[in-house]
Amino acid sequence: MELIKLENVSKSYDGTLVLDELDLTVNENEFVTLLGPSGCGKTTTLRIIGGFESPDSGRVFFSGNDITTISPNHRHINTVFQKYALFPHMTVAENIAFGLKLKKKSQNYINDKISYALKLVNMDGYENRDTTSLSGGQQQRIAIARAIVNEPKVLLLDEPLGALDLKLRQSMQYELMRLKSELGITFIYVTHDQEEALTMSDKIVVMNQGYIQQIGSPEDIYNEPENAFVADFIGESNILEGIMLEDKLVSILGVKVPCVDVGFGNHKPVDVVIRPEDVELKEPGKGFMDGTITGCVFKGVHYEYDVMCGDYEWLVHTTEYFEVGKKVSLNVIPFNIQIMNKPESEDEEAMKEDE
Amino acid sequence: MNNKRQAYLAAPYGLWIIVCTIIPLLFILGYAVTNDAGKLTFDNLLAIADPVNLKCLMLSFKTSIITTVICLLLSYPVALILNSANIKNKSFVVFLFILPMWMNFMLRILAWQIILSNNGLLNSLLSALHIPTQHILYTEKAVILGMVYDFLPYMLLPIYNALSRINNDVIEAAKDLGANNLQVFTRVILPLTKSGVISGIIMVFVPALSSFVVSNVLGGGKVMLIGNVIEQEFTLARDWNTGSGLSIILMIFVLLAMGITQKQDNAGEGGTLI
Repeated sequence: MELIKLENVSKSYDGTLVLDELDLTVNENEFVTLLGPSGCGKTTTLRIIGGFESPDSGRVFFSGNDITTISPNHRHINTVFQKYALFPHMTVAENIAFGLKLKKKSQNYINDKISYALKLVNMDGYENRDTTSLSGGQQQRIAIARAIVNEPKVLLLDEPLGALDLKLRQSMQYELMRLKSELGITFIYVTHDQEEALTMSDKIVVMNQGYIQQIGSPEDIYNEPENAFVADFIGESNILEGIMLEDKLVSILGVKVPCVDVGFGNHKPVDVVIRPEDVELKEPGKGFMDGTITGCVFKGVHYEYDVMCGDYEWLVHTTEYFEVGKKVSLNVIPFNIQIMNKPESEDEEAMKEDE
Repeated sequence: MNNKRQAYLAAPYGLWIIVCTIIPLLFILGYAVTNDAGKLTFDNLLAIADPVNLKCLMLSFKTSIITTVICLLLSYPVALILNSANIKNKSFVVFLFILPMWMNFMLRILAWQIILSNNGLLNSLLSALHIPTQHILYTEKAVILGMVYDFLPYMLLPIYNALSRINNDVIEAAKDLGANNLQVFTRVILPLTKSGVISGIIMVFVPALSSFVVSNVLGGGKVMLIGNVIEQEFTLARDWNTGSGLSIILMIFVLLAMGITQKQDNAGEGGTLI
């Protein structure tokens, strides 16, 4: 079921275009992540959905109704802000009760909701605490509790874990996923952290410079990036210029390599993306290209190698150990070679500028 | 604060307070509880019960309360506009509000005397517009006007400071949770600026209560505030004992007023300036 729809939404600040004719559909009960570097328009998109910004042109729909001009206090949407935005003059309980009191709910109902929400975010017993005495992680939980007691159809989360340390961020990711499945509401989540996006999302919307670069499941986005920007932004990649000689045969750095892609035409310049974990290192002459190991870093699960082939430096992840200076040969199975069209139009060009 | 050596740095201020505040206060207290023969008496303190003095004290309360209320009603909207408006150089606008404070206090009050006088600027303007002229000078209105003009920045600044400290996120959060503009104001902005308002009230009310210069110049001797009574006891009557007694009583009222107002500020956000 389609819940939120943005149609042709454009927005600019001081003459700088932040969103350019953006179309986006969010379905009911989905965990959608808007992912991209800072300045890509993801937060602006979220603020337009929340009603804090109005688009210069285009419409916003909620369950089929046009809500473009509806103010935030009349939308069935609640937001968890990046810096928590708790009311400093209220206790934890008063913060959570804020929205319910405005809706003139009975005190019994409010009390039940407060204890339910605090349990849900693992903060029971904190009712009468001062919000300013809480840690960042605790404040963020209260901010989430304050939003969800209003039973919104959609919860907007604007980099809610951005200010937390790594360990806390990881455990909060799992908590958010648990909350999402317990509440059964739609989450729209903004982040620049690709790992966070891959962990939690049902659907990832990769954005750059006001354009959507790709929409898909985490697996799709990681395994089948549609362009060089997505490939580069999600995880680490070797991105090379190549020429598609014919179907299933591409020339990389002057070497003909078999691949599985078809339909690009003959002798067409393309971008070739190969993930570092998909490159195998073999004895010299056994692969499609020989090179020398110029760098080696132990990463725990694997070693990270820099391999120099001509004037291109490959990034390779493998669990086998090789000494720096050793001659090796690279091999990639055809299935793991991603071929992508070079950007042609202006909006496709946006993909590369940000690198 | 754990470093004892830091305490020595406060010594000059301590000395200043002892010499210029505490010792004079003890002198006043001494005069207040003795008569001119040097004998212990409470007559000076009880002088406030004299109907004439009591009337002046009541008038002082009335004018300073009106002054404080007008200052508050003028300052809050201005501070709100200043804080929310899309003004490029906010600090410059705030500077404009403070600018009159750079001029000598007496000069400003004397300027008002000229503006408000029967043939002054105000009445020339009114008669040019064919509006009946007003006799404002040497009335309570003139005194209140002078005090409002004088004390307005002391109300505006703490409120503006408190407003500018409010994070816009908090206001958006309130709207997000269903508050309309009025509810955002009453439930979030007003409580969060309470400490600024209380500072402003104290900084306007206290000097207004003990003021005598404004009422001298703009009241022309016709508006007698308790400050004027005390001044005259010292200067005209040369009765330092009664003057001190009344001063002590006034001080008690000032401290009482500050205590009551500051008790409201249980948030203790450090917004208070006194």
